Amino acid sequence: MEKASAAPGNTPDAVSPAPTFFARLRWGKWLLLRRLSQAGILGLFLLGPWFGIWIVTGNLSSSMTLGVLPLTDPLLIMQSLATGFIPYQDALIGVAIVIAFYLLVGGRVFCSWVCPVNPVTDAAAALRRKLGIKGGRAPAASTRYWLLGGLLITAFLTGNLVWEFVNPVSMLHRGLIFGMGFGWLVVLGVFIYDLLVASRGWCGHLCPMGATYALLNRTALPRVSAERRAACDDCMDCFTVCPEPQVIRPALKGTDSPLIKDPECTNCGRCIEVCALDVFRFTTRFSASTHRRTTS
Amino acid sequence: MVASMPVKDSRRQFLATLSKLAGVAGGACLFSLGLGLYARQASALPAQALRPPGALAEDAFLAACLRCGLCVHGCPYDMLKLASPGTPVATGTPYFIARDKPCEMCEDIPCVVACPSGALDRSLKDIGKARMGLAALVDQETCLNFLGLRCDVCYRVCPVIDKAITLEKLHNPRSDRHALLLPTVHSEHCTGCGKCEQACVLPEAAIKIYPVKLAKGKLPDHYRKSWEERAAHGGSLIGDQIQMPVRGMEGAAGSAAVPSQPALDSTWKP
Repeated sequence: MEKASAAPGNTPDAVSPAPTFFARLRWGKWLLLRRLSQAGILGLFLLGPWFGIWIVTGNLSSSMTLGVLPLTDPLLIMQSLATGFIPYQDALIGVAIVIAFYLLVGGRVFCSWVCPVNPVTDAAAALRRKLGIKGGRAPAASTRYWLLGGLLITAFLTGNLVWEFVNPVSMLHRGLIFGMGFGWLVVLGVFIYDLLVASRGWCGHLCPMGATYALLNRTALPRVSAERRAACDDCMDCFTVCPEPQVIRPALKGTDSPLIKDPECTNCGRCIEVCALDVFRFTTRFSASTHRRTTS
Repeated sequence: MVASMPVKDSRRQFLATLSKLAGVAGGACLFSLGLGLYARQASALPAQALRPPGALAEDAFLAACLRCGLCVHGCPYDMLKLASPGTPVATGTPYFIARDKPCEMCEDIPCVVACPSGALDRSLKDIGKARMGLAALVDQETCLNFLGLRCDVCYRVCPVIDKAITLEKLHNPRSDRHALLLPTVHSEHCTGCGKCEQACVLPEAAIKIYPVKLAKGKLPDHYRKSWEERAAHGGSLIGDQIQMPVRGMEGAAGSAAVPSQPALDSTWKP
């Protein structure tokens, strides 16, 4: 309020180059693209129910695009198969397309470029940083894999897609399209958990959907490389923003390949844009240059 | 670094890792099992919630349904809903409430065509064979036809009129000069679309759709209906019976043409 009323008379400030909206938010190209991707994909799903433009029907669990392209989530199919049910070909073709796509671009690209919970946990992480919340306790990062195994066994034992009763990812996406009900509570739970209990707790430690996609993240073509790691001045900015900070160290501080090949890397590109020294850049997993200097 | 450590330390470290691992694994497994228990409880389908046409039996349906909502988007009448958290239907699964919006029984069954997993069975080609539930005239105390009126609305809106619902004519003993036309559901034709329940004119419907399992009784396997057996056999299975004469009842009511009651008052007007 005070700022707004003072602004018109404050001419010297207006002359000096004011930081742009995105700069103030510390947004860069990749974050902007990611938000566009997340909003765009959600928007495609919402065009039908909101405006009657049916390009995509269904939701992230299983969808149909323009009546020809079926897409199905691998974890859903894994649960269904675990119960002993063999789905129709449509769902199986859908899951094959999804698996092939993510094997190519990196499984956890889903997490940072598609998943509707990502903005929620990103917001929790940003607020956590802003408020300087340091405490809490995160479970082991392997918990998600145990959870994945546990829920598949439970699906087998109960003949039900058990994870779908609590899955915040499908609940949020489904809710936005078909009606939230009390699904907000689960999403709010994830936000509070990430904010107060465990830093990056949900995506980085618990989500079995992310775990499933991480299993598809070993052959990704695009990878981030700490190509100019010699220039690193240990400011820790990349570690602060990275949703999976442990993936950076081997590439940045190691002596072999500067490629971040860890299957937990989500290819979000945050490290690239926060680094003041342009240490990182997107490249392919075949990029062999360890010490190539980039001219910018 | 580990290699340079004394053996004792690395062993201790290994055991510590192992115990931490066991804790994580145990926690995850316990959580999963608890989730399984919760899921079973949360999967109890309330009687008013009906599955779309072609849905597999409930247990198989819960294993097959991907919770994607393609059937909901496939429905041209927008009558299917996806259960949201807080609704007493398994989260993300499709259902409809007959009293709100019944199934319009499309001939091409687009919801079944849209289902990618087979939770809605594509072997259902004729919507007349769908069994989403079964209508039951549950309240004879309030049904207007049972009270002697000619409401007939459930009968008239039924898409399988005169097969799934018929009007059975009965003598009305209250006025003694009228008929009762009782809406009667026939399970071999009723698809459970819910049109009758939606259309019932009462503030609370007297005819309702229930899951077939709830609505339908079952005769013991050894029961035979004499009229069916006789028809199948082309005559009585035990041959013609000798008609025994009734002695000492001559002149009694029912035994002769003597009217036992006075004739109806021919001057009566409704």
